[in-house]
Amino acid sequence: MRIILVVAGVLFISANRGVAADLPPVDFNRDIRPILADKCYSCHGPDDKTRKAKLRLDVRADAVSAGAVVPGKPDDSELLARIATDDADLRMPPPTTKKAPLTPEQVQLVKRWLAEGAKYSEHWSFAKLTRPEVPRVDKPAFPIRNPIDAFILYQLQQQSVKPAAEADRITLIRRLSFDLTGLPPTPEEVRAFVNDPAPDAYEKLVERLLASPHHGERLAVWWLDLVRYADTIGYHSDNPMNVSLYRDYVIKAFNANKPFDRFTKEQLAGDLIPNATQEELIGSAYNRLLQTTEEGGAQAKEYEAKYSADRVRNVGQVWLGGTLMCAECHNHKFDPYTQKDFYAMAAFFADIQEAAVGRREAGMLVTTPDQEEKIKELTEAATAAQAKFVAAAKSVATKPDAFADVDKWPIAPAPKGKAKGPIAPAVPADVKAILAKPIADRTASEVAKLASFAQLHAPALKAERTAAASAAKAKTDYENTLPRVLVTRAGPARTIRILPRGNWLDTSGPIVTANTPGFLPPLPPKADAKAPYNRLDLANWAVSPENPLTARTMVNRLWRLFQGHGIARSLEESGTQGDLPTHPELLDWLASEFQTKWDLRHMIRLMVTSSTYRRSSVETAADREHDPANRHFARQARGRIDAEFIRDTALAVSELLNHEVGGASVKPYQPPGYWTALNFPAREWQKDTGAKVYRRGMYTHWQRSFPHPAMVAFDAPSREECTCDRPRSNIPQQALTLLNDPEFVEAARVFAQHAIEKGGAKDATRIAWAFERATGRQPTADESKVLAEVLTKHRAEYAAKPADAKKLVAVGDTPTPKDINLEELAAWTGVCRVILNLHETITRP
Amino acid sequence: MNLQAIKLHQRRTFLGQACRGVGGVALSSLFASAQAADVARSGGALKKLHVPPKAKRVIFIVLAGGASHLELWDNKPELAKRHGEPFPESITKGQPIAQLQNAKLTCFAPQWGFKKHGKSGQEMNELFTHVPEVADDLCIVRSIKTEAINHDPAHTFMNTGSSVSGRPSMGSWITYGLGSDASDLPGFVVLTSSRGGQMQPIASRQWAAGFLPGRFQGVNLRGQGDPVLYLTNPQGVASEQQKDVIDAVAKLNQMHNTAVDDPEIATRIAQYELAFKMQTSVPDLMDLANEPMKVLDMYGTKGADGSFAANCLLARRLAQKGVRFIQLYNRDWDHHGGVKAGIKSKIEEIDQPFAALIKDLKRLGMFDDTLIVMTGEFGRTPMSQGGSGRDHHIKGFSVVLAGGGIKDGVSHGATDEFGYNAVENVFPVHDLHATMLHLLGVDHERLTVKFQGRDYRLTDVHGRVANEILA
Repeated sequence: MRIILVVAGVLFISANRGVAADLPPVDFNRDIRPILADKCYSCHGPDDKTRKAKLRLDVRADAVSAGAVVPGKPDDSELLARIATDDADLRMPPPTTKKAPLTPEQVQLVKRWLAEGAKYSEHWSFAKLTRPEVPRVDKPAFPIRNPIDAFILYQLQQQSVKPAAEADRITLIRRLSFDLTGLPPTPEEVRAFVNDPAPDAYEKLVERLLASPHHGERLAVWWLDLVRYADTIGYHSDNPMNVSLYRDYVIKAFNANKPFDRFTKEQLAGDLIPNATQEELIGSAYNRLLQTTEEGGAQAKEYEAKYSADRVRNVGQVWLGGTLMCAECHNHKFDPYTQKDFYAMAAFFADIQEAAVGRREAGMLVTTPDQEEKIKELTEAATAAQAKFVAAAKSVATKPDAFADVDKWPIAPAPKGKAKGPIAPAVPADVKAILAKPIADRTASEVAKLASFAQLHAPALKAERTAAASAAKAKTDYENTLPRVLVTRAGPARTIRILPRGNWLDTSGPIVTANTPGFLPPLPPKADAKAPYNRLDLANWAVSPENPLTARTMVNRLWRLFQGHGIARSLEESGTQGDLPTHPELLDWLASEFQTKWDLRHMIRLMVTSSTYRRSSVETAADREHDPANRHFARQARGRIDAEFIRDTALAVSELLNHEVGGASVKPYQPPGYWTALNFPAREWQKDTGAKVYRRGMYTHWQRSFPHPAMVAFDAPSREECTCDRPRSNIPQQALTLLNDPEFVEAARVFAQHAIEKGGAKDATRIAWAFERATGRQPTADESKVLAEVLTKHRAEYAAKPADAKKLVAVGDTPTPKDINLEELAAWTGVCRVILNLHETITRP
Repeated sequence: MNLQAIKLHQRRTFLGQACRGVGGVALSSLFASAQAADVARSGGALKKLHVPPKAKRVIFIVLAGGASHLELWDNKPELAKRHGEPFPESITKGQPIAQLQNAKLTCFAPQWGFKKHGKSGQEMNELFTHVPEVADDLCIVRSIKTEAINHDPAHTFMNTGSSVSGRPSMGSWITYGLGSDASDLPGFVVLTSSRGGQMQPIASRQWAAGFLPGRFQGVNLRGQGDPVLYLTNPQGVASEQQKDVIDAVAKLNQMHNTAVDDPEIATRIAQYELAFKMQTSVPDLMDLANEPMKVLDMYGTKGADGSFAANCLLARRLAQKGVRFIQLYNRDWDHHGGVKAGIKSKIEEIDQPFAALIKDLKRLGMFDDTLIVMTGEFGRTPMSQGGSGRDHHIKGFSVVLAGGGIKDGVSHGATDEFGYNAVENVFPVHDLHATMLHLLGVDHERLTVKFQGRDYRLTDVHGRVANEILA
């Protein structure tokens, strides 16, 4: 059970410590475990293989019985003696570990902890989830709109930190639009919100954005990073695989607010749900998203081991928020995951049928009911035509004169695969032998032989033959127009053994069966005690009320989407080596709220309608001094938008954006030769045309070994592994991309055309029009002047060099209107390039 | 330092700089060289080196596809003697094998003769005619081994110390730790060459920064099209007009900063300046016209044509510019068949430029502080594949080192009499990394970044500095 008291003093711990009087008790999770984990556990922790002196400090009973920890008596505790000594030969950690000795403050903390009784407590993320009480806050500094605000304000008051003011409405609508749809608001939307006098104007805006089909796209960008969605297999040849329908599935799930427990079950085990629907099967494509190989010389066993580990890593990260992967080779050094846990988790996925090495199959045909009906019709037609053909052949075979002119039949080669060796030049000897017999003497199998010979070659059967072939072709042709997706198919399970040191060649390890990590709440017994646990059991367990990790992990990540960083900052690690949550009660409150109905939209609504969310992101000098990292969430976090949304923003502002939701991946502009280092086969990017060139960034073909360079420049990951927290770098390639990538140059040119056409008659009004479209606000006089200067200069230059103007406006597929002045358009393109390159344009405020 | 701390550090770096309260100062002067250069250089995470450095930079040559040690550096008379005989099963039993799975394994003699050169008597393929001139500058290690037997994971292992995707590559680790002295070029540059043939793919993951910040990723200088992606101005935009756009962006960002006081804005302005400089510096770098003819002749190139020769010369130019880690991939070393003719053609391709690189660096006084490394992602089997080639092999192959802090004119380590297992002074890839970092002044156990709750490093939990080969 967690009490509010824990919060106090989380932050400015060490400064005033050292004096014993009036100090709050030492908290094991907050104060001691991080020290022990960092300095001691690698030799005195859970991994028995590397344990030194048989001493284990992560389990209290062991530490006490070894005499390392003597509760209440720091001076009798060997632990203190060894960390505090000046004798380099005795001091822990020893120099060979290259770990720095404990600081005097840390030694003091350990001493106090020992003196206070050396209490251990369970690590926060593994502890049972209970719903904390919402704290009462007197004289709140901003309206408490829901419990989030109470938790945040409570801590702000404890720390005497003043929250930032509420952001202005332009900022709020830009923030909400980017956060909920990944797109900037139009000026019309901005004005409508700014001028909306309704008291619930903000809430109405939130509901409008949550209901937008683009909301699902925005969340999908986040989810696809986690599950490492890409369009290609990753290793070596990195050929394409059919998974884009899984992306559509994710978008639809978010748009329909599919409960997260269902979403989980469909992905991990959609194929095992009784009478699985097409949608559930598509969800199970999750299990096929991993990197695979078709490299010649790759050993199946090695890659089976790789795939197995890949899946455990991903499930461990996405649902359990932890680094189970450390246990592939040895027991985890810091967390209670054992090597057996790793392989027992791997065993859940051992039933997935797939090629260990080789081309991925085309996958399941995905149809609408109408298409299903059409396939049925075509199949019936094909079957009927074939039956007719066979029947006709049979009657030919028994007809007395049918083979009279057999020597004149055109003997075409038998269909591929049927004939081995050289093609018979004429009627085969065995057929001739049968024909030599009187009809009455022919056996049934000889007649059948004649029938199949006739089927292949008899000129009299031409009509039936053609009809059967074309009916079959009609069916295949139709099916080929329909999408397919890799899905999970269960089958006989591979044997999973513990691989000593992760070595797949070593088969000496024991066989393990599917199970969840031993220290977490156990799986419920199966009705049939002998039946092995399967993926559906795993999925049910992941979203069971007893499992605290899934809910904590997910709400922490959601919080990151809307507040810039997690409540526990290390999104990829909630184990003992990760960062502690700054607001453990808030995190647990959110997690238990999420667990009640697994209602993702409800959680998002809570977060974005809170007063906390509405704070300004502008940092003051005081903020920088007291809380530079914004651990109190006293203000919002501003930051550059994600790679996909940078593209989307340029397309939206220039009104080039294709708003279609879902569909196969597309290939917009990409520099030629970028795939030179790809092979088997060697290939060149085949750019799409028409509306496909203007689809949102999330639909751009994701080539794992060479992701689109404009996306890479802005930190889009390769999707080879789970990405919980994209970095936000600020590098020159970003400038080069926004300045020179034809995608952005074309957007600027079309944007310029609209400024000329719709921005009024004067330069100043056009500049203001364009500036507002990209930033949501009117430019200041100074800003307008800077843009006017570019316009004036470039106008003169392009007037003098019309050939240059013609070249510039020719960038991109979109045609230029016939009646437009090209020099003028080129000059305005310069202005619009400036606007699309602004920091403000690509920043979520 | 964990990643949050890095980010925070970055932010703090700018708190006291450039943007704070700057009013009407002309931007061109504000962001002139010093500022932009500091940004480019910033981020050497190590404030102090751990050991005195011997090398300032690395040129790492990858003979991609898996060059045959048995045809280049590792002469095996016993293997030659047993040519055509069954390969001893005692050696291969239970070992990983690639394309020779289920095949009959027979001894396959080195396909070329070997000759000894220089005072040191370094032994190498008889076809080399230029490398012998620098034989006494080389340290040939014939006992490297790796852990991944297929191209893609093997490159990943050689570059990151792990065959799991997503870890930072060595060039990223090194620029992260040491920063870069290049003011208008990236600190980690990758060039690729080949003349066609069996070209195994090379994923961009090989120069990715993994969980390190994006600015430490390698930049691929391309032989065709824009040398750096999106480097060239849009058609119809003159250089001066591009500058107008960049200046206006900077001015408007600056104005916006007075309202929002965002440290990222200063960084962004500096990055635009750097990008603009790269638009000149990269073409200048790639333009070999101002190299004296005799230098071009020494390398055997006529200009930046994407050849290995041109890339070696570019590597020297990049080294002069202060680039920290230069990686040259030369493809088409995957000789599953026709290894005899294949190696001849590859030696003809690399012999002269590789020797020229060493001679040129010596001429410029840069050899002593430039570490040169040359190896494949793995070696090749002493067993025949299809009667004329060799399969992938990980248990023992060769790496050539030279320059910064490396003992010259020595051979180190050895494989067994078949050239199969490294048996003497075994040199795992992690030891290569540890040694490389050591020469750069870095203790490989202390260049760590916390990710997923764990202190990651290039050498994972392994690595030993090979003191035996240090000068």
